[in-house]
Amino acid sequence: MLRAEALVAGWSGPATSPIDFSLQAGEIVGLTGPNGVGKSTLLAAFAGRATVFSGRLELQAGLRLAVQTQEVPPVDGLPLSGRDLLALTGASPEGLPPWLVDRVDIRLDRLSGGQRHYLALWAVLHAPADLVLLDEPTNNLDAAGVRHLTAHLRERAREGCGIVVVSHDAAFVAAACDRVVTLEVRDVD
Amino acid sequence: MSTDLFLIPFLTGLGLAILLPLLGCYLRLRDEWLAALAYSHVSAAGALLALVAGLPPAAGGIAAAALAGAGKRLFAARLSGGAAYALLLLAGWSLAVLLAANQPQAERLGHALFDGQLYFSSSAQLWLVAISVPVALGVLRLLSRHLLLAHTYPDFFRIRGLRAWPTQIGFDLLAALALALATMNLGVMGAFALVFIPPWLAFRRARDWRAGLLRSLLLGLVAYIVAFGVALWLDQPFGPILAVMLVAFGLIVA
Repeated sequence: MLRAEALVAGWSGPATSPIDFSLQAGEIVGLTGPNGVGKSTLLAAFAGRATVFSGRLELQAGLRLAVQTQEVPPVDGLPLSGRDLLALTGASPEGLPPWLVDRVDIRLDRLSGGQRHYLALWAVLHAPADLVLLDEPTNNLDAAGVRHLTAHLRERAREGCGIVVVSHDAAFVAAACDRVVTLEVRDVD
Repeated sequence: MSTDLFLIPFLTGLGLAILLPLLGCYLRLRDEWLAALAYSHVSAAGALLALVAGLPPAAGGIAAAALAGAGKRLFAARLSGGAAYALLLLAGWSLAVLLAANQPQAERLGHALFDGQLYFSSSAQLWLVAISVPVALGVLRLLSRHLLLAHTYPDFFRIRGLRAWPTQIGFDLLAALALALATMNLGVMGAFALVFIPPWLAFRRARDWRAGLLRSLLLGLVAYIVAFGVALWLDQPFGPILAVMLVAFGLIVA
């Protein structure tokens, strides 16, 4: 459903080394590498946000995409509950971890950072989509959250969804992903 | 007789007291509450300009606000951080005050627009409100999900192929027209008070978005009804009484 050949992506200028990448339906692929190597930029290019400077990027026609970025939804001071957030993306609260099930009707700005992050992530992960792009999904999550996320990524992939995960968390990537692509530092001419 | 005399203004204001607190929730969501004040001043200036030009003031006010609402997007990239609203507010206020100071026929209307003389509303204004408010509420309901999604998940919104401009321009126009209509009846500050204070109070306690809308609506309605009675009883201009009432509500609740 997604194929990249010698892809170089960036913002005002190229920010990644050329990369070959492919993703099939039902597959979870991790993108790792040191800080500043361009993992999030590459994900942004898959999402059509960053610029493709060279190479090819092909997405299967008619794909429904969902993307989670590292920015937290700006909900401070707004009367938005977890259920409101899930309804916006079309995600179901079914399957939420026990420590969040009874907090789904509480305002998001009254939840802890980890609870809010997981609900915001869940809203994207369980939105009706064929391809899900996740950028550092384990940020702010404790061990229980990471375990639950790992299990649900697998479940989502079994439903036929392709998932690309950018993460610096090597243990999580090893446990959750079918394949791992490691980005290398770009040579500066 | 006196009941009939005050029924038209009461119903005219009631329609606006339903629309403005709900509209204010979405302005607050987008952190654009200053827009209410900007559109009110632009609309007042447009009404006075139309009067001086021998045109219907209401049409001038609505046209000026619509132009500001639609035109604002053209300069959005260069006027970020609410600068567009601040400039519109200052331009509208300057023009309105200068017209009122230099044109005798504009002076009276200027006072009415800034004082908020709801009791002079005519049946034509009631009809305009009766038609416009249900349409505006319908449009707001249609835009609601996209406004919320674009605010919480801008990347998700874009990646799903949803276009931002119909939502943005549609909302800007809706806000501008609603504020113009409200300014013609409730006055500049009366309209602003109904847009700003009920959502501000409602958002502090409401547990979800629906409850926030409902609380804002109820606060706006209660304040409006009490203010209408008090202004009538004390024989005072409606706009300042409504604003004082809402400020008092705000202080008590906060």
